[in-house]
Amino acid sequence: MKKLNVVGHDAVRIDLKEKITGTAKYTDDFAFGPNLLHMSVLSSPHAHAEIMGIDTSEAEKLPGVRAVATGKDFPQKIGLYLKDKSILPVDRVRYIGEQVAVVIATSKKIADEGCRRIKVDYKVLPSIHNQMKAMDADAVLIHPNLGDYEVVPWLNPQPGRNISHIRKIRKGDTEKGFEEADFVLEDEYAVPHVVHAALEPHITVALYDYNERFTFWNSTQSPHTQRNMIAEALKIPHQNVRVVAGSVGGGFGGKAGISMEALGVVCRKVPGFPVKLRWSREEEFYNSSQRQGLQAQIKIGVTKEGKITALKHKLYWDVGASAEYGNNVVNATGFSATGPYYIPNVSIDSLAVYTNNPPCAAYRGFGYSEFHFGLESILDSVAKHIKMDPVEFRRKNAIKVGDKVAYGVPMNPSGMHECIDRVAEAIEWGKEVESKDPDKVIAKGFACAWKAPAMPANAGSSVFIKFSEDASINVELSGMEIGQGLHTTMAKFAAEELGLPLEKVRVELPDTDRSPYEWQTVASHETWALGNAVILAAREAKERIFDVVHRAYFLEKEFLYLEDAKVKNELDPTFQLPLKDFVISGIETEHHTWIGGPITGSGSYIPEFTNAMVDPETGQGGHPNVHYTVGAGAVTIELDKKTGVIRVLHMAEAFDAGKAINPDLAKDQIVGGFVQGLGTALYEEVHFDKDGKILNPNFTDYKIPTTLDVPYKMDPILVEVPQPDGPFGARGISEHTMIPVMPAVANAVANAVGLRIRDIPLTAEKIALRLNSKEFKPEY
Amino acid sequence: MKKEISFILNGNEVSLSVSSDEKLLEVLRNTLGITSPKYSCGKGECGACTVLLDGKTVRSCIMLAVEADKSEIVTLEGFQKNGLTNIQKVFLKHNAFQCGFCAPGFILSTDELLRENPEPNEEEIREALAGNLCRCTGYKNIIEAVEEMVKIRKEGAEQ
Repeated sequence: MKKLNVVGHDAVRIDLKEKITGTAKYTDDFAFGPNLLHMSVLSSPHAHAEIMGIDTSEAEKLPGVRAVATGKDFPQKIGLYLKDKSILPVDRVRYIGEQVAVVIATSKKIADEGCRRIKVDYKVLPSIHNQMKAMDADAVLIHPNLGDYEVVPWLNPQPGRNISHIRKIRKGDTEKGFEEADFVLEDEYAVPHVVHAALEPHITVALYDYNERFTFWNSTQSPHTQRNMIAEALKIPHQNVRVVAGSVGGGFGGKAGISMEALGVVCRKVPGFPVKLRWSREEEFYNSSQRQGLQAQIKIGVTKEGKITALKHKLYWDVGASAEYGNNVVNATGFSATGPYYIPNVSIDSLAVYTNNPPCAAYRGFGYSEFHFGLESILDSVAKHIKMDPVEFRRKNAIKVGDKVAYGVPMNPSGMHECIDRVAEAIEWGKEVESKDPDKVIAKGFACAWKAPAMPANAGSSVFIKFSEDASINVELSGMEIGQGLHTTMAKFAAEELGLPLEKVRVELPDTDRSPYEWQTVASHETWALGNAVILAAREAKERIFDVVHRAYFLEKEFLYLEDAKVKNELDPTFQLPLKDFVISGIETEHHTWIGGPITGSGSYIPEFTNAMVDPETGQGGHPNVHYTVGAGAVTIELDKKTGVIRVLHMAEAFDAGKAINPDLAKDQIVGGFVQGLGTALYEEVHFDKDGKILNPNFTDYKIPTTLDVPYKMDPILVEVPQPDGPFGARGISEHTMIPVMPAVANAVANAVGLRIRDIPLTAEKIALRLNSKEFKPEY
Repeated sequence: MKKEISFILNGNEVSLSVSSDEKLLEVLRNTLGITSPKYSCGKGECGACTVLLDGKTVRSCIMLAVEADKSEIVTLEGFQKNGLTNIQKVFLKHNAFQCGFCAPGFILSTDELLRENPEPNEEEIREALAGNLCRCTGYKNIIEAVEEMVKIRKEGAEQ
C-alpha cells in the first residue's frame, strides 16, 4: 500500500480553534434581529387522553401573541419509518409532556403566558407504562389506527395490538441446540430509559417568507431528512424547504430524524418573521426522544467444552408513545442480538411495544448497549457455571471472518479475537488485586460488543469538491460535525487523495440549498459511507487535473500523481507543476490560449449490496447490514461492600476501526463513549411516577458523569483489520464504545461479591441493599 | 420592573436597562450579543453559561442581571482579546473538546483554578472542574491539558 501522508497520522481537529474561541455558531448564537418571535409549547398533563376540545381564544387575545396553533391547523402525519405521529395531536395525547398547542409571541414570556391561557378539555383514558403489560390482550390500544399509518415495507406493525414492529430471526433449530447442550441457563435482564443529555438543547428557528419558502436553522444530525419529512408532511416542493445547520452541541442520536423541529412549520402563520423554539432542559427530557427501555429474556445452551449451541433471545422494547424512528432500533437489534459470536441455532424476537411513556428513538449504540447488558451478563454466568474463564469462553465462541451471522450472511473481516486479547492484556485479566481497605473489593469485568450501522438499504451520501486559486479546497458535504470529528476525517480523505496538506482543506456545515445530499449523520456509518463519497469526489477532481495536464503537456495520465500540492510525473522527476498555477486559471499555451478551468469533483455513494426485505418469519433472505464493527471492553472496579459505591479504577477498550484515520481522535471516541456508558452503568435512569411524569428532569437529579467519576487509568486501543469496501479500510467505531460498559461493570460486581445485578444501573443504593440483605446468596 | 445597571464588560463600560427578573445570561446573549456563554440547563448545574464576575466564575443562567450592577464581567470574548491564551493553546494541542459547547465554560473555570491554585495536582484539577459538564470527551484530554498547563508554568515557560 502506498505511503500515507495524512490518513493514519494524528492531527489537531480542524474545527477545534473555532470552538475554543467561541467562534463556532451554534443555532442559538445566530442573530435574527428585532423581528424574531418566540414559540412556547403547551404540554399534556395526561399520559393518555382524548382531546375533546381546545379553546385558544384567551391566548389569542393576549397582547403580543401573534399566532396560536393546534392539531386542527397542523394535523399532518410525520415519521421516519412509520408515520405514527402528527405535527400536533388531533384527537388524542399519548404521554405526559406531549405538545398539544403552540403559541408564537413577541417574547418568550408572553408565549409562555399564552400557553397558560389555553384551555384543553381532556377525557382521560387508562394509561400503560410498562411494555409487558401493554402486550396484554385487554390492554388499552395506544394507536387504534396503527393499520392505517404509512410504513416502510420492511417493518411489521401489528394492528389491534400495542406492537409497532416485530423482527424475528430463526436460524438452525434451537430446540435441537438446547438438547445438544450440557448446560442451559435462562435469565431476564432490564434496562431503563435514559436520555442523551447533550449539553446543547434542541433548537429550531423557522422562517416562512412571502416567497412561500420555509427556512429552518436547526441543531440537527439530519438536515436533508428533516427537509424531506417536512416537505412530505406538508405536501410542498422540496425546494421550498431549506435547512441550515448550526454547530451541534452534542447529538448522540437525539438530534437525528425529526422531533421538535417539526413544530417550526407553525411559522407559516406569521410570514416574514423568524420564530425561535428552544427546549428548556425539562422539555429536553420529555421531548427529545429517550433511549428505549428493555426487558430481555435469554435462554442459552452450552457444551461442557464451552461451545454455545443455541440462543433464544426475546427483546421487549418500551418504545414509548411513538416508534416512527425507534422501530429501527428494534429492527436492528433483532438482526444482531447474538452479539459477536458464532451460534449455530438462534431464535430472536424483537418487539417494539407502545406505552404511554415519552417517545424513544436513536441513542448512541442504537439498542445494542441495551441487549448487550443481558447477553454479556449471562455469558459470564454461564461460563462460570461450566467452570470456564469468561474471557476464554468468549474467545471460543467469538465470531470469525466468514462465519454466518444470524440472518445468514458471512461475517465481514474483523479482529474480534485480537480485540479480546488486547483488552485482556491491558486490564491484566486473571491477575488478582486486593484492596488495602477490608471493606472494599477490587475485581475485574469483561464484555464484548458489536454493532452494524442501521439504515435503509439505499442511504446515500454525496460530496462536492472545489478548488480555490491557492490550491486550497472546499469539501462540501452534509454529514454533520457533531463532535465526533467528521470534518477532520473527511478533510483527511480529500487531502490524502489530492496530495494536499490538511491545512489546505476547509469543510463547512451544510445548508440544504447549497450542500450535496446526505441521508443522516447516524449509525456510525459516515467515516465509511461519506468517506467513500469524498474519495470518489477527490478522484474525479484528480482525473480532471490529470486530463488538463495531459492536454497541455501531452504527458500520459497513468504516470501522473499528486504530492505536496503539485502534479508530478513518475517518468520525469523534474516535472513538478504546482496545483495553484492552474486549478482555477487553467494552463497557458505557447499561443496564449488556456487549457482547463476551475477544477471540481463530485462523488455519490450508496451501498449497492444491501437488502432490507427479509422473510418476516425467519429474518433470512436479505442483507440488512453493511458490516459489523467489533470490540471488547473491561474494567477494574473497587466496590465498597458497606455503601455499595463503585469506583472504576481502570478501563480498557479495543475496537476494530479497520483503519484509524486519526488515531488520537478515534481513541477520544473510545474514552468519551466509555464515560457516557459509565453513567448508564452506574446511575443514569429516568425515573417516572406511576402516571408517567418524570421525577428527575434536570442535572441535579439525573446525574451524568463529571471529572470526579472518570477512571484515573484509561486504555483506549485500536485494532485495524481493514474493511475491504471502506475508505483506506476504515469503518466506524463511535457508538460502539458505549456498548461493553454496562455488562463489563455488572460482571465486575458479580466477580467482586457474587451479586448478579439484572436491572441496570448499578447504583450504590441497589448494591448496598441487596448485598446486605438477609436473602443475599452469592451467585454467578 | 426595569432597572438601570452598568458594568464593565470585557473592558468596556456598558449601561443598560434590564428587567428585574432577567438573568445575566439572557442580557449577555440577547441584549449584548455575547454568545460564548451558553444556555444548557438553566439551573446552574452544568457550567456552560460560566462567565468571570470580578475574577470569580459565576453561573450566568441563574444570576439576575441586576446583581451584576457595578461589577466587572469577562466572557471568553474578552478573555482572548489579545489573542489565543496559553490555556486555549494547550486545550487545542490536546484536542480537548469535541462538540465544543462546554469549551467556553471550561476555559474560564480553568483560568480561575490556575489563578487561585497555580500548581494543582490531578485531584485538585478534577475537583475544580467538576462543576462543568461535558458529555462528549470523558474529560481525559481536558484534565491532561490542564496538567500540562501546570507543568509549563512550573518550568517557567509561561511569561
